[in-house]
Amino acid sequence: MGSQGGFYQSKEFLDLVKSIGEARSKAEEDRIVLGEIETLKRRISDPDIPKFKMKEYIIRLVYVEMLGHDASFGYIHAVKMTHDDSLLVKRTGYLAVTLFLNEDHDLIILIVNTIQKDLKSDNYLVVCAALNAVCRLINEETIPAVLPQVVELLAHPKEAVRKKAIMALHRFYQKSPSSVSHLVSNFRKRLCDNDPGVMGATLCPLFELITIDVSSYKDLVISFVSILKQVAERRLPKAYDYHQMPAPFIQIKLLKILALLGSGDKQASENMYTVVGDIFRKCDSSSNIGNAVLYECICCVSSIYPNPKLLESAADAISRFLKSDSHNLKYMGIDALGRLIKISPEIAEQHQLAVIDCLEDPDDTLKRKTFELLYKMTKSTNVEVIVDRMIDYMISINDNHYKTEIASRCVELAEQFAPSNQWFILTMNKVFEHAGDLVNIKVAHNLMRLIAEGFGEDDDTADSQLRSSAVDSYLHILGEPKLPSVFLQVICWVLGEYGTADGKYSASLVTGKLCDVAEAYSNDETVKAYAVTALMKIYAFEIAAGRKVDMLPECQSLMEEFLASHSTDLQQRAYELQAVIGLDAHAVESIMPSDASCEDIEVDKALSFLNGYIQDSIEKGAQPYIPESERSGMLNISKFRNQDHHEASSHGLRFEAYELPKQTVQSKIPPASLASTELVPVPEPVYVRESYPTTTVSSASSDAGSTELKLRLDGVQKKWGRQTHSPATSTSSSTSQKTVNGATQVDGSNTSNSRTRETYDSRKQQVEITPEKQKLAASLFGGSSKTEKKPATGHKISKSSSHMVEKSHVPKSSMEVASEKKVPFQQPPDLLDFGEPTVQSNAPSVDPFKELEDLLEPTTQVASAENHGSTAAATKSPDIMGLYKETPAGIHNKDDSDILSGLSNPPVTNMLGGTTKTQVAQSSKGRRPNLKDSLQKDTLVRQMGVTPSSLNPILFKDLLG
Amino acid sequence: MTFIYMSVMYEVLCVQIHFVLLISRQGKVRLTKWYSTYSQKERTKVIRELSGVILTRGPKLCNFVEWRGLKVVYKRYASLYFCMCIDPDGNELEILEIIHHYVEVLDRYFGSVCELDLIYNFHKAYYILDEILISGELQEPGKRTIVRAVAAQDSLVETVKEQTASISTIITQATK
Repeated sequence: MGSQGGFYQSKEFLDLVKSIGEARSKAEEDRIVLGEIETLKRRISDPDIPKFKMKEYIIRLVYVEMLGHDASFGYIHAVKMTHDDSLLVKRTGYLAVTLFLNEDHDLIILIVNTIQKDLKSDNYLVVCAALNAVCRLINEETIPAVLPQVVELLAHPKEAVRKKAIMALHRFYQKSPSSVSHLVSNFRKRLCDNDPGVMGATLCPLFELITIDVSSYKDLVISFVSILKQVAERRLPKAYDYHQMPAPFIQIKLLKILALLGSGDKQASENMYTVVGDIFRKCDSSSNIGNAVLYECICCVSSIYPNPKLLESAADAISRFLKSDSHNLKYMGIDALGRLIKISPEIAEQHQLAVIDCLEDPDDTLKRKTFELLYKMTKSTNVEVIVDRMIDYMISINDNHYKTEIASRCVELAEQFAPSNQWFILTMNKVFEHAGDLVNIKVAHNLMRLIAEGFGEDDDTADSQLRSSAVDSYLHILGEPKLPSVFLQVICWVLGEYGTADGKYSASLVTGKLCDVAEAYSNDETVKAYAVTALMKIYAFEIAAGRKVDMLPECQSLMEEFLASHSTDLQQRAYELQAVIGLDAHAVESIMPSDASCEDIEVDKALSFLNGYIQDSIEKGAQPYIPESERSGMLNISKFRNQDHHEASSHGLRFEAYELPKQTVQSKIPPASLASTELVPVPEPVYVRESYPTTTVSSASSDAGSTELKLRLDGVQKKWGRQTHSPATSTSSSTSQKTVNGATQVDGSNTSNSRTRETYDSRKQQVEITPEKQKLAASLFGGSSKTEKKPATGHKISKSSSHMVEKSHVPKSSMEVASEKKVPFQQPPDLLDFGEPTVQSNAPSVDPFKELEDLLEPTTQVASAENHGSTAAATKSPDIMGLYKETPAGIHNKDDSDILSGLSNPPVTNMLGGTTKTQVAQSSKGRRPNLKDSLQKDTLVRQMGVTPSSLNPILFKDLLG
Repeated sequence: MTFIYMSVMYEVLCVQIHFVLLISRQGKVRLTKWYSTYSQKERTKVIRELSGVILTRGPKLCNFVEWRGLKVVYKRYASLYFCMCIDPDGNELEILEIIHHYVEVLDRYFGSVCELDLIYNFHKAYYILDEILISGELQEPGKRTIVRAVAAQDSLVETVKEQTASISTIITQATK
């Protein structure tokens, strides 16, 4: 069969592959590939290239894309190729499109037709090729186009086609369950297919269906059990045996399905006990695949209704895994232990030592798995040890993804099982200190809430102890040089709330520390904001307690700085602080009650406290407020808004002509268009008469808010001018609310507030213009685009500035990631596979052709050639033997060259030991001619001018050797 | 930012195997097959990241790596690493055997397959992979069936070749 691996490609292609192989750096490789892309671009667009040439070009494109370059210029040619009549060409076309295109690619639509045709083909190979493409390329929209044919193919005489049709249908189900829901019964039918391959394929969709809805498949339990029994009893054809196991992949799939069906169902589980027990007994635990099945059995046993006997077998299997020398098996053992522990917690104790060994193991994967197990085992008795271990490990690793995970686990365990407040606070400190930038901000908010609320069931003294120990540790920890932003936020908040609560620390000490924080982290706006609010709280508590407040000089200078800050948020907080300090004790106490962060704030949404004022105004002749929904003019606006959204979302071409701009009124520009990205708004027809109700109403309603409206624009308006600049007014109702629950301020609410205000604002401006400048209505868009731009950009800025705060730590971490990644990446480029030096050492001195001659002579010479270390012999001789190399040497020691011995996977080969005799005999017979084959292959390559073997004998080494 | 992009990356269809990757010991890509959707940029990133992790691992360690919430099962054959990425709750030993299954089929097809066979005949390796896995699931556990299927396609190719060859000989004879 070796000749099938021959090289059909042209010299040009082989040269390309060779030169890529020999490229010494990534840059060189890129240069070669870019050159190749240029060549292909030129050639491929030539209208009359012969088909076989085109086929090669497409394969070269695949190669280019595989190396990570963009070959999209050739996609269309690959698509064209699928239209070809000859299967030979068509197959290449299908291969290329399945590799190139995603299911949502635009070109898919061009292939659907071909696929439809091919699915009807007489040649089953064509049908198979088309079905392969169906599985990869058909998307939700195109499913109906091929669905009928695929369903028909379920009854195709060839099993290969039926199998692929099942998989295609499964794929459809994954993409759009509704489109094939009426066909689900087909899967059940195919389960009885007389070809085991088709039956096996059917298990994939059934597994998924059962995952989604267990109850409607309970009736199949008996069938699955009997199939599994037959498989385990070797009733399937020998062809499905794999390493002496009867159809292990089917067994595994069935066990997975049984695990789902038996979960929490005693009756169903009872049907399974016998067969699962049988498999436990029959599994050959010395082979890898046997262990795979065993592992699946354990999973099944731990999922179904527990049975003591099976649990015992499972525990036995686990202890065998854990005692094994193979890391893979230990890993599986730990994983299985984690599953079984839920049912019988006592089995963990037998394996304590093994688990500890795994925890100490240098292998990271194993270590992590063990941590996962520990996480599942944590109780209040062992939480301290486990979490300490986890934190130590967390500190030692660089992988941000895992760091985040383990940090959140630590937090979860600490919250759940903390033995003491002291310990809890210290643990959280450690987590935040080392992974603060990685943990979810919610974790920080949780911690703050926990400190504020206490642990709930305890009395107040415990809570205040918790707080004062938190304050103690935070004041201490502030001395550390570089703390993560999130952690600082927590610290500031806690110091603000509780820094002076127990009287242990003076206000000046705490405020001094807070000022230090704000200065030391001067580029972190969020932290500064937290610090200012904390300062305000401490001063407020001092005032409320009747003590005289002396602002520290550094605090004063800090405030001056913030009053002029570019961040409106900071500025506002600073003004608030100033205002609060000026108030008397009584007022301060009601603004800033001590330890009230957990009290609910009642918001009077109906603004009932204004009722009197409104009554007065109405009596004086003002018009009553009409809710937005009832305003007639507004109906249009909401309609426009919808339209606007529609446009923004579709982004397609608009085929109908734009309506002519009628006489429009500025006030009518819907707020939605401000937010949209287009700078020049699409003309919207608005009728003048409709503007009246709005103008009057909005002037009435906007008057009340006019002082607040400009709130967020101060910093911005200086730049864009025109409107009078108003100093930040800090009297809005929302701010007083904010100061109380200072912790949650920064997110969301601000942005949305400011946004709504601005849209209001702009609308109001325009309203003011309309009555006087109706003449200018015609030139509305010129004017409006100006007035419109301003709020829009202002809005953008305020948005981005508030976003900056949130983002500020994100780029940092991603930069870290980037810099980390560079490091490993630089290692490889020693490019061409310079193989193992030991093998290569004396190779080049031998003339390859001579070798070939030698080797084509009787096999005794092969051995001698091998002795003087010729490359070809050395690389080709190993054979499949290597795979089973631990077998009795007598049969094949001739082939057993030394080069092999350092090979990849001793445990697996070990396991195969018992089984190999027959195979070896057979393979050594089968392989002898292959030696020639491979040498011919070698010469062929050399003749092509490609001589990688001299550099690189390892390329010739059998993969299975 | 990386985390956001990851969460986008993994809201994919539930497939058993997300991708198959063959890389040489020097980090050169020999074959890639993506069953979940990844952009070209993500692909390069994934390959770079994984080869950094896998190629540096010692010989005695597990053949599994936890990677961004998924698991990568890899196995080295001579100088070539076969990697498959699966969901975290998959059966790693099974995947290890699927890899081995693939290699055995390759071996049977090419006859003592070596890395060079795959370098120059990567499209063949793709055809074989397509017979073993379909949309990320194992479709055919029978070795013989797979080899027969690929051989059937190839024989078709061969006959076409023979035809063209015979035609060309006819032509050359005619022109003599």
